[in-house]
Amino acid sequence: MSSKRKAELSQAVVYVKLKEGVLDPQGLTIKKALEKLGYQNVKEVRSGKFFEIVFDSNGTQQSTKFLNEISDKLLANPVIEKFEIEVVK
Amino acid sequence: MKFGVVIFPGSNCDYDAYKVVSDVLKEKVEFLWHKETSLENYDCIILPGGFSYGDYLRTGAIARFSPIMKSVAKFANRGGLVWGICNGFQILLEAGLLPGSMLMNSHLRFVCKNIYIKVERNDLPYTQTCQVGQILKIPVAHKDGNYYISQKELLELERNNQVIFRYCDENGNITEASNPNGSLANIAGICNKEGNVIGLMPHPERASEKILGSDDGKNLFWSLVQHTNGASN
Repeated sequence: MSSKRKAELSQAVVYVKLKEGVLDPQGLTIKKALEKLGYQNVKEVRSGKFFEIVFDSNGTQQSTKFLNEISDKLLANPVIEKFEIEVVK
Repeated sequence: MKFGVVIFPGSNCDYDAYKVVSDVLKEKVEFLWHKETSLENYDCIILPGGFSYGDYLRTGAIARFSPIMKSVAKFANRGGLVWGICNGFQILLEAGLLPGSMLMNSHLRFVCKNIYIKVERNDLPYTQTCQVGQILKIPVAHKDGNYYISQKELLELERNNQVIFRYCDENGNITEASNPNGSLANIAGICNKEGNVIGLMPHPERASEKILGSDDGKNLFWSLVQHTNGASN
């Protein structure tokens, strides 16, 4: 370990999913596949994606603002998708 | 009349559009690299089909931030003709120049075949040589062409007559079976409120010569030329 204190890395995960009411053909197909495999007790499957983000500034407050901005601007399409942010550290 | 065809990394219908303008219409056309920012002296900007940026993240999501898109938005706001075909349509949706969004086709497959679309209005620069109710045979080729918009905005879209083309069968019936991707209300193409920006999933540039199986797509190009150069052309 270096004697000099390293800047703490901030990490976050952004989850992007389709809004309620928006048809999710992939989710429906996965649900059907589960049924074919004999798993009958699944009511609904909704697909989505997540992004692991590592950035070089510390300070969670600023990170949250930054993450909201990039999620709204690029990672999610607000017409059909919503996002959730989880700051890891 | 002068067309500009934008090339994004991953565009692949750029030459088709270029050739229709230069060889079929015998009009002026130039390619525009996506880093270009000057759109002076163009009458119509075509955002062609393809897979810009590999469709990464969402179709059109990265291309909408290409440098040229700021100029395209300004050009559109001044009343310039902006025409998005397939991936170009997806880019216009991501850029917010047209309302709504694309979902993956309801059957989850890439669909590549000739389909029929019905012309809903002919008072636009793009459709003035068509008849209302005319049926055009034009191919589609996409996996994300399932047009979606919230119910409230769909009502507004219909109220403003912003739907220009709907998927239909060869007799013009708008049915579920003739909808190749699950689009709401069989929507194949829309315009903005002003009617100068349009997007459609079918590829008119692939159906503008009889030898290719249909030249119905030429109607759209020809309409633009007539609109811009005047009826004397």
